[in-house]
Amino acid sequence: MDIRPILSTLRRHKTAAALIVLEIALTCAIVCNALFLVSQRIEKISLPSGIAENELVMVRVSGIGKQTNAMARTREDLAALRALPGAKAVTVINQLPFRNSSSNSSISRKQEQERPTTSVSLYMLSEDGLRTMGMNLVAGRDFQPSEYLDLDDVMKGAGRDQAVPVIINQAVAAKMAPDGNALGQTYYMGRQPLHVIGIIDHLATPTGWNNNRVESMIMPARAAFGSGIYMLRTDPARRDEVLKGALAALERNDPNRLVREKLSYEDQRKDFFKNDLAMVGLLVTVCVALLVVTALGIVGLASFWVQQRSKQIGIRRALGATRGQILRYFQTENFLLATVGIVLGMLAAYAINLALMNQYELPRMPLAYLPIGAVLLWLLGQAAVFGPARRAAAVPPAVATRGT
Amino acid sequence: MLAYYARLAIRSFRRNKVLTALMVVAIALGIGASMTTLTVFHVLSGDPIPGKSDRLFYVQVDPRPRSGYVAGEEPETQLTRFDAETLLRGRHAERQAMMSGGAATIEPENANLKPFSVDTRWTSADFFPMFEVPMQYGRPWTREDDEGRARVAVISRMLNDKLFNGADSVGRELHVNGHVLRIVGVLRDWKPQPSFFDLTLGSFGRDEDIIAPISTALELELGSNGNMNCFGENPNDDSYAVNAPCAWIQYWAEMDPSKADEYRQYLVNYSNQQREGGRFERPANVRLRNVMDWLDFNGAVPSDVRLQMWLALGFLVVCLINTVGLLLAKFLRRSGEIGVRRALGASRGQIFLQCLVEAGAVGVVGGLLGLVLAALGLYAVRQQPVEYATLAHLDGSMLLLALGMTLLASLAAGFLPAWRAMQVTPAIQLKSQ
Repeated sequence: MDIRPILSTLRRHKTAAALIVLEIALTCAIVCNALFLVSQRIEKISLPSGIAENELVMVRVSGIGKQTNAMARTREDLAALRALPGAKAVTVINQLPFRNSSSNSSISRKQEQERPTTSVSLYMLSEDGLRTMGMNLVAGRDFQPSEYLDLDDVMKGAGRDQAVPVIINQAVAAKMAPDGNALGQTYYMGRQPLHVIGIIDHLATPTGWNNNRVESMIMPARAAFGSGIYMLRTDPARRDEVLKGALAALERNDPNRLVREKLSYEDQRKDFFKNDLAMVGLLVTVCVALLVVTALGIVGLASFWVQQRSKQIGIRRALGATRGQILRYFQTENFLLATVGIVLGMLAAYAINLALMNQYELPRMPLAYLPIGAVLLWLLGQAAVFGPARRAAAVPPAVATRGT
Repeated sequence: MLAYYARLAIRSFRRNKVLTALMVVAIALGIGASMTTLTVFHVLSGDPIPGKSDRLFYVQVDPRPRSGYVAGEEPETQLTRFDAETLLRGRHAERQAMMSGGAATIEPENANLKPFSVDTRWTSADFFPMFEVPMQYGRPWTREDDEGRARVAVISRMLNDKLFNGADSVGRELHVNGHVLRIVGVLRDWKPQPSFFDLTLGSFGRDEDIIAPISTALELELGSNGNMNCFGENPNDDSYAVNAPCAWIQYWAEMDPSKADEYRQYLVNYSNQQREGGRFERPANVRLRNVMDWLDFNGAVPSDVRLQMWLALGFLVVCLINTVGLLLAKFLRRSGEIGVRRALGASRGQIFLQCLVEAGAVGVVGGLLGLVLAALGLYAVRQQPVEYATLAHLDGSMLLLALGMTLLASLAAGFLPAWRAMQVTPAIQLKSQ
């Protein structure tokens, strides 16, 4: 189709054409970046934790006043929890993936190293920990019963003279031993030697503190109730029942305690990401609103143009133009405007992305988002102009013979 | 004349009901979204202690060991107990306070109430005059109480309502973690937002119900909440010990802003002394930031909120461009009519005014509707699971801004179309009729 007549018509409506181009450009730029932000958030929300999420429930209690023998009470609690019908395995842990509160430590290949090799999140588990949490050992072995210590004793210096057995995840193994033989190595946490006895496939860090979302290490240390969280593994269908049973059992052991947290791990995870989820909802809403406003703008402007040019259309029809040709005229016009808008919009999208990268430590937007935005706006433009264009095509040739 | 233009505008709207509605809704959506996010931003970036924020300074020194030292790096965020206590004894500023967040379990005397846990603040006596903490009953404790580790506490109005039904509880006892504290004061409602004096526990939404001397809290081993960063070898394994290499205390000093440089030098001298004494290993690295700088440095306004604001403003611009385009097309389509009016003697100014009235009406109606949407939007924000949710309210200054924005939006939307409309040449229009 010859686009010269279209261009010469547009030249007579420079301002209006420029405005619609600008609108399309801005919409394109904002939508590209918003979609990119949405994908970033979704990636964050859907990070794997590395534990048996839908089979776990958690309870944290705390005592009143200073606890003189918290560890003994913790042992009683664990025994009572293990005896619960429906509880497949029970452990006490110091922290969880996707929960606010994390313990972190730097580890080094050599003791005399000036800067540590990496920073890991430090998990501490009691007996049966790996099985309870559903962590997946890919090399080496689990901790042996004799290797578990009380966290209080560890803090007071127990076991400081010998290497502590640790299990690391594959992310840490790759960082510490790029050649792949981390198993059996001795590493250092300050002056404390660590002996790698096992490797699990994956274990997310609690908060992503210090930009570390995946590097985790596990030590065989029992946290006492208060700071520790009781974890119970059960059938997904029996979680409520087991949670209720656990609360009753803990109440029986010591009625003088406060229940600080009691929920399924799935709820814990949902709670942690609720802000991100809300942001995704907001971004998507704004994108939809932008596209709708732009589409209505195109409809409005095209309708005006069709009304304004109805006489001209009638003349063309009278001179032999088919309905299809009139329809295509308006579709092509819209395509041209959208294309100019999209080109400008992509430049703007890139600029906005650069600004966001500076402000929010966002990665560079993959170029794939640009064609997505382009196609979206082309389709939007065509859909929006179709109605007015069809009305234009329906203008009877007789209009040409009438006065105004 | 204006009334006549208004009648013309209404007639014009009637002719294009759908289109007029579209323009109004677009402006309303834009204004509504922008006002919602701007209000949230305004609330979160506000000065928590107006009139005093330039007199209060957050103090940082760097007690960390030599290893891992990077020149030009920020010093440790908080102070160790040793440094905080030494600086506090030095009393070099007009007022100074050390503090940390904490938590405690209260056992009410009233047997109907079960024991419950509250957030607390452990601090020193100057905290109250420094941060202008308002008292309902009684008075704060004194510096002597700090030194004597007095078993005293100031409680919040909410806690006082819960435990003592709002009566004057000064002199009554408070059972905290198995210890007894004597109530010396009750606060009036006091909740600076953001809670600038301690940003380690989240900037918004935390209620602290007990304020007690930090010396007492340390003696009774009541613990702390917040960040604690330990470095180096700990001689006796107690992170709260005087000599523990653990930074967990926030330290504020009040002084005239003109004295800040001198105080900074005092901190440098202190660091050098500590280095000579062997406690510090790094070159002196100190910071002294006033309240607004400290908030800014810590990014107290969540980055999501900034992002939302820019997103909404972008949305508003698109909505305005949309309206400008539609108005322009609408006016120019009436070129014939305008040509006739010009030929009959209307001046360009009159055409301009007529179009502006029509555009302005769209803008004003859209803006007012936008305010309603903003109120709805803020209601939606308050339902969100975010810690600043309860703060999202329109205040006077935001209402003024909203009205200004509405006016500006309508003028911006109307100006260009009206300008173009008044330049319609009557002769050509009349000929083409």
